[in-house]
Amino acid sequence: MSTSGTPVLSVRGATKRYGAVQALAGADLDVHAGEVVALVGDNGAGKSTLVKVVSGAITADGGTIAFDGEQVRIGRPQDAQALGITTVFQDLALCENLDVVANLHLGSEVRRYSVLGEIRMERAARDLLRSLDVKIEDVRTAVASLSGGQRQSVAIARALLGEPKMVILDEPTAALGVEQTAQVLGLIKRLRQRGLAVLLISHNLADVREVSDRVVVLRLGRNAGTFETASTTQEEIVAAITGAGPYGIAS
Amino acid sequence: MKVSAPHPPGRGVLDAARDRLRRGDLGSIPVAVGLVLIAIVFSSLNQHFLSAENLTNLALQMAATGTISLGIVLVLLLGEIDLSVGSVSGLSAVVMTLLYTQQGWNPVLALLGALVTGAVIGLLHGLMRTKLSMPSFVVTLAGLIGWLGLMLFLLGGAGTINLPFDRGIALLSDTWLPPWLGWALVVVMVGTHLASSLVTRRMRVAAELAVPGTAWVLARPAGLAVLLAAGVVVLNADRGVPLTLVIFGGLVVLLDLALRRTVWGRRMYAVGGNAEASRRAGINVTRVRILAFVGASTLAAVGGVLAASRLAAVNQTSGGSDILLNAIAAAVIGGTSLFGGRGRAYAALLGILVIQSITNGMLLLNVDSSVRFMVTGAVLAIAVAIDSLARRGGADGAA
Repeated sequence: MSTSGTPVLSVRGATKRYGAVQALAGADLDVHAGEVVALVGDNGAGKSTLVKVVSGAITADGGTIAFDGEQVRIGRPQDAQALGITTVFQDLALCENLDVVANLHLGSEVRRYSVLGEIRMERAARDLLRSLDVKIEDVRTAVASLSGGQRQSVAIARALLGEPKMVILDEPTAALGVEQTAQVLGLIKRLRQRGLAVLLISHNLADVREVSDRVVVLRLGRNAGTFETASTTQEEIVAAITGAGPYGIAS
Repeated sequence: MKVSAPHPPGRGVLDAARDRLRRGDLGSIPVAVGLVLIAIVFSSLNQHFLSAENLTNLALQMAATGTISLGIVLVLLLGEIDLSVGSVSGLSAVVMTLLYTQQGWNPVLALLGALVTGAVIGLLHGLMRTKLSMPSFVVTLAGLIGWLGLMLFLLGGAGTINLPFDRGIALLSDTWLPPWLGWALVVVMVGTHLASSLVTRRMRVAAELAVPGTAWVLARPAGLAVLLAAGVVVLNADRGVPLTLVIFGGLVVLLDLALRRTVWGRRMYAVGGNAEASRRAGINVTRVRILAFVGASTLAAVGGVLAASRLAAVNQTSGGSDILLNAIAAAVIGGTSLFGGRGRAYAALLGILVIQSITNGMLLLNVDSSVRFMVTGAVLAIAVAIDSLARRGGADGAA
């Protein structure tokens, strides 16, 4: 992992106020190519707000965003997608009645004169899942009969079809069993190998420690510390999250 | 979980079938069983039920409502409903009749006028559903009442307008294919099906994808051939294959291909399955919804024209009585989910076959319409009960 060079995404001093609530009070965030950054914090720390700002779901009141070193404005989800930022939300946004192939190509179907190119889509789906080492026996299975881990994998794989530079994963292991969590974490590592910038939002510190290169802690809308995962204990991260440690809001 | 192994031949199709059964998706199996039961019961009670003449009548009776039911399948696929299809079919038929008999339009243009009437009404419903965010139940309930009113207004004092029954529109339902043409149709359909199966199989082999076994590739066209041939033998024994059946059947096949093979169809299922996911995937959900309402009303107009043609007249009950209820019941009995995302065009064909067989059989037996309604209601309830039970069982099994 390297944090040298220009980050793919660089947020500086993001602020956002909802009525009386200051959700973001000047948060910074850098994510480099080939790096998994975990964004953690207690409920209401501003994680979701920061992710929404980056993915274009909302606009920040203040602060700047740079992508590949250039100042950009992300006002709508399409702006983020055009830059190459793709987000996998917690409610995976899959159509359960459609099969894996159809879900992977949803909205960007392969076609000739509006007739579906099923064979090309099925091949692309199979090759993509194989390259990510996702185990789904039959890509013609409806998503409704897949396991939670497989669904998460399909949602992440779909995000990759647009060839993004950065992937944001919102709680990808929530509600998954042990084995399925391991599958998804393995998939996240393969995203890093592909040179993607990955931003991971998670409550589960065990997962964060297993898969991330850096941990960015938010507290009350501000940065409460950034840690190299390899050289940090879980206690230090917890202390930063709760505000008990040396990286409290005063820093 | 099993690690995926190279696909043995034939597993793709069989696994897909097993996968669907496990999820409680029984497909058309219950309907097929139901049809066989109906045939056994009524033919044992009345020997005329399976006669060529009666089966020909059955084919004529089901074309109009079946076509309307096709439109219902479209809106049900999106989890919407269209209660106005009966009124719209009546209104469109009246518009056609007025253009034809009173304005002196050419019958083809008058027919186009009916279709445009249906399409414009559907557009209006779709816009109210999407732009005003009105529930489709309310939009089309208003339509049911309002378009009926407009139809009565257009009919004016006359109450009934006759169509000349020896030419033009009325000939639609009094035209019969000569025997050779009926057979030619079977050959073309089976041949096309077989050829496309073989071509698809070869392309899948070339793309290194799982393929069904050769036996399966041949079994489906063979089954289709047997069904169609049986139909043509029976119909040729009477007056031949009726043109209305060709029109209805053609619409079913076309709509089925459009739903399963085109981008439009894929997006119909996507929006019906998860509208929010479709929106996020960049699908224009509003456009898909509006098109579905336009399709439903246009097919209702076609159904209205077929009904007017069969009656050689339009009157104040055109598109009324139990047409709407039968159209919805047919779509549901055929296996279309009321909650969107599941169903095929063939549901309309199978469902209307069930309903019309019951109606036809009861009429042969001189059973009072009160009993007929109760039986049809019970069949609808049973069809939906089987579907939900299978689905619940499937959900339990998967969990």
